[in-house]
Amino acid sequence: MPPMLVLGIESSCDETGVALYSTAAGGALLAHALHTQVVMHQAYGGVVPELASRDHIRRAVPLLRKVLADSGCSLREIDAVAYTQGPGLAGALLVGAAFAEALATSLGVPTVPVHHLEGHLLSPLLSSRPPCFPFIALLVSGGHSQLMHVTGVGHYELLGETLDDAAGEAFDKTAKLLGLAYPGGPALAALAEHGRPDRVKLPRPMLHSGDLDFSFSGLKTAVLTRVRESIASGGPLDEQQRADIARGFQDAIVEVLVKKSLRAVKDSGLKQLVVAGGVGANRELRRQLDARAAKSKIAVFYPELEFCTDNGAMIALAGALRLQCGAATKPAGAFAVRPRWPLADLLA
Amino acid sequence: MNLLAIETSTDVGSIALWRDGEVLLRACPTGVSHSETLLPLISATMAEAGLGFADLQGIAFGAGPGSFTGLRVACGVAQGLAFAHDLPLIPVGTLDAMALGSGGERVIVALDARMGEVYFGYFESGVALGLVGVYAPAVAPLPEFGGWLACGNGLVAYPALHERLAPFVSAWMPELMPSAQAVARLAAPRLARGEWVDPADAVPLYVRDKVAKTVAERLAEGGKA
Repeated sequence: MPPMLVLGIESSCDETGVALYSTAAGGALLAHALHTQVVMHQAYGGVVPELASRDHIRRAVPLLRKVLADSGCSLREIDAVAYTQGPGLAGALLVGAAFAEALATSLGVPTVPVHHLEGHLLSPLLSSRPPCFPFIALLVSGGHSQLMHVTGVGHYELLGETLDDAAGEAFDKTAKLLGLAYPGGPALAALAEHGRPDRVKLPRPMLHSGDLDFSFSGLKTAVLTRVRESIASGGPLDEQQRADIARGFQDAIVEVLVKKSLRAVKDSGLKQLVVAGGVGANRELRRQLDARAAKSKIAVFYPELEFCTDNGAMIALAGALRLQCGAATKPAGAFAVRPRWPLADLLA
Repeated sequence: MNLLAIETSTDVGSIALWRDGEVLLRACPTGVSHSETLLPLISATMAEAGLGFADLQGIAFGAGPGSFTGLRVACGVAQGLAFAHDLPLIPVGTLDAMALGSGGERVIVALDARMGEVYFGYFESGVALGLVGVYAPAVAPLPEFGGWLACGNGLVAYPALHERLAPFVSAWMPELMPSAQAVARLAAPRLARGEWVDPADAVPLYVRDKVAKTVAERLAEGGKA
């Protein structure tokens, strides 16, 4: 198969990402550009879907121009346009899909609708030290918490997932309880660095459930109870108490993620673990995983930090890899987004 | 001059090809979302006319107000098609297009905005008198004199509005909906005058701009953060 140049467009939530990936010479990311809406949504205390859609439509063209300029490529060299078809916010997805399908129609090239989670799963392949198939993947973000057995592009077996809140969602909600501004996850992690271990001992949900599923909504409730107890017994929390709670929360969530991930790797008989998604940028998670995996001779792979959160590079990559392994493209034209799209359906 | 016009602000979508004043109008199939039908319809119509995208001099789209999703489908598709061939875009107001489509001289346009409101505007000789607004039927501003043509499905959705306007209206076109034909007719002279925008600057005209409350606003109302 001749080398291909694939444009990737991501717009499933509050980040607009555009990237160009070439399959020439083993594959390379030629350029990528991102606009995050985090500041815009901050005033609202969370992502407002309608505002997200309104912003995406203002970003696609400037980001594409930047990517073309940075890569030195011309539009005419593009062989296919990949875009996130789902899951995500319907209106936000629709903007990326409309732009991608129209661009491809006008260029006379096919499109590759990509599953957002497949993009995350494959994102560590963009790093300088990529994993090889097969591997176990822990996907942890604001919208997802899953363990998957990945044997190749398009071959994903779901091993376990959260039964309620996603890990990143639990971070953000708990941060809100502690009075941290949206998106509080990273701020909570920073606060936890100043917390003392074991001052606040929180439950480890489903640690011994015997399966690879997660549950994080109870942790948030446990934190709420602790906050109320502290306030009842001595007034508002001081900085150290808040840090201790943040530490207790992060330790609990990290322990569950680490133990279940390593169990999944051991059960599979594999030696590689891939961690993707925004929570994969959490330093404590990385510290614990690296330390414990090393003891079991398991190699842990992370995407570059900039590719942990949503981005266009992983969509261009997923599109390119799908094309390379002969997956069917779709003639540009009609499109439909899939706001709810279980990864399991991708396999069928 | 060859111009493509896209209009999907409501369920009644259409596209039009303007070729030196001659208009080829095609309706989007009903009952299917515009995302499924719009681009295939455009490709088929271009082929029917023997035109490629590189043969166009510009792309117009119904910019709004209307269904937020419909407006973004039109705008996103227009951006994508235009960017590939470095074409200018001409955003056209949905109510402006309806006023033109009605054929009236002095026109009141009332398009159902859902949520108990109408997109509402006055036009005289094709020029909007004041800004298009979104109003509850009970407070939409009334004209100062009679002899208006009133059009749009807001008249059907809100009988109260119909009743308030009745003393001032001499002709009714409640069935009139936005059409790409009117979008094309408004856009062609604008394009000729150089009144176009770069695809990066093309955005829908939502009119309904307050879509969420900030944390500060919720707290000020005694709500939760």
